[in-house]
Amino acid sequence: MLFADTVVAEPAVHKPKIMAIMLLVGMIVFSFFGLNDTIFGEFMRPVIGEPTESGLFGNMAIGLVLSMLFTANIVLIGFLPFRYQVLLVWAELLLLFLSFFYSFGLNFEFIRSKIWFMISQGVFTTLYISAVSITLASMVAIVGAVAKLSTNGFAFAIASFYTSFFRGLPLLMQVYLIYLGLPQLGYVIDAVPAGILALTLCYGAYMTEIFRAGIQSINKGQWEASRSMGFGFALTMRRIILPQAMPLIIPPTGNQFIAMLKDSSLVSVIGVWELMFLARTLGNKDFRHMEMLITAAIIYWCLSMCLEVIQSRIERHYRTISH
Amino acid sequence: MPDPIIQMTNVNKWYGDFHALKDINFIVNEGDKIVVCGPSGSGKSTMIRTLNWLEAHQEGTIVVNGIEMHQKMKNVDEVRMDVGMVFQHFNLFPHMSVLENLMAGPMWVRGIKEDEARKTAMKFLERVRIPEQADKYPGQLSGGQQQRVAIARSLCMNPKVMLFDEPTSALDPEMVSEVLDTMIELAHDGMTMVCVTHEMGFAKAVADRVVFMDEGAIVEENDPISFFENPQHERSKNFLGQILQH
Ligand SMILES: Nc1ncnc2c1ncn2[C@@H]1O[C@H](COP(=O)(O)OP(=O)(O)O)[C@@H](O)[C@H]1O
Ligand SMILES: [Mg+2]
Repeated sequence: MLFADTVVAEPAVHKPKIMAIMLLVGMIVFSFFGLNDTIFGEFMRPVIGEPTESGLFGNMAIGLVLSMLFTANIVLIGFLPFRYQVLLVWAELLLLFLSFFYSFGLNFEFIRSKIWFMISQGVFTTLYISAVSITLASMVAIVGAVAKLSTNGFAFAIASFYTSFFRGLPLLMQVYLIYLGLPQLGYVIDAVPAGILALTLCYGAYMTEIFRAGIQSINKGQWEASRSMGFGFALTMRRIILPQAMPLIIPPTGNQFIAMLKDSSLVSVIGVWELMFLARTLGNKDFRHMEMLITAAIIYWCLSMCLEVIQSRIERHYRTISH
Repeated sequence: MPDPIIQMTNVNKWYGDFHALKDINFIVNEGDKIVVCGPSGSGKSTMIRTLNWLEAHQEGTIVVNGIEMHQKMKNVDEVRMDVGMVFQHFNLFPHMSVLENLMAGPMWVRGIKEDEARKTAMKFLERVRIPEQADKYPGQLSGGQQQRVAIARSLCMNPKVMLFDEPTSALDPEMVSEVLDTMIELAHDGMTMVCVTHEMGFAKAVADRVVFMDEGAIVEENDPISFFENPQHERSKNFLGQILQH
């Protein structure tokens, strides 16, 4: 939370001036769409006569009515407490969004026939690849962070070369390089391990920086107290420093996990049957690309939202134990 | 005469070009209670921190508990286990409860079983008079309580000597005495102690010797009565004059 002001200002949307501007802008925008020949025209028939012949007047009348509804909606929501405001605005935006998809004239029968396969095969593979990769990437990151903080020239050089290289190349290129490049060295690698390897190395490089910053943020006194009791470096790191760095490391790592969930779609180029691959191929035969893409998009979104919830749970957990 | 627990001989230390410790000669025998004082920046912390090698020295020899401290030593952790250290800012582990703070050392590096470690921990918590805080976290305690937990944490390791680096200077005035009382009791129990502090009352009550440092060197070393009543050096006099004005 930001600092909560003790003096509560009147909500902006309740100021007459703002309401008037909203009404005006709304009317202009809605009129501009020319909604004469839509369902709104039919509703307004008693006022504007034959919709298709009502011209500018009809458009503006429809615009005015829609704009009034819109403004009233916002003003009313302005009266609600925070929680309900959030819920209602979410619901309305979602509804708008869905009606947008709905207007594509999607074939829901087709979606229904494929969705189970998409979830059982695609979601499973996507989650599996992401979870394995983020776990491995975290381990790489701890080693990388320690190396980057060490006074050993080799360790520092290797770690900084690694982070520079893998943060500097597009992930897609890394996927190709590993999948097509390793066989050149005589080492044939399957698509799934290749994908996991690419994601691990790439995200390990980003997370090295997250872990380094987390470790560095811990007060030097903690190191001193721990070492002065005879705890070795590894013990201090594992039991004293990392547990305290976790609350700082977890939020950005959660972000990385969500990003990885979506970036794992890049491994579809090497033929891993994850969500994106299925979305592109399942619709091919029947020219139903839109259906599959939108389904996959919604699935990705749902997965991300689940992760967000889990992330905030974990954050709260760490906040409460460390006070 | 048994060997001293701590013996510093002609110790010199530099931070880069800055000469932080100059020809320090310093001996602590078993049971000694030594107070180190001196103006800010005179090298008191630096000296006390070379004793468990949180800071490295460059010249001279430091022998602690029969082990010489040097760059290639393999057993620095063994020395540190036997040398307790209490810091100005407590440095308790904030993610662990008070009891866990006290049990960590014995269990992780002394190989003591959990039950026994808990018993020892409670024993020392009672000794510093806060057994009821065992399950709280450091962040929930007052400064004075935290410092007493820090002392108990060191005691749980069963150290041969305790180092204190200005243990009361980060405390609110009304909490200073509770920490000093704990330290005085510890002294009466025979603990070997080296304390950096400006608390003259404490020095008069328990110190065998007072060491006065200035600009990285030991200027004067004497018993507390002689030092406070009759300082030998100009700089000691100035320093005492300044802290007595308060
Ligand atoms: N890590 C360091 N790097 C460089 N100079 C330091 C460092 N630590 C302490 N010093 C310097 O060494 C001198 C002695 O410091 P310190 O031992 O902390 O003094 P005291 O504890 O007596 O106040 C000071 O001048 C301080 O600036
Ligand atoms: Mg100091």
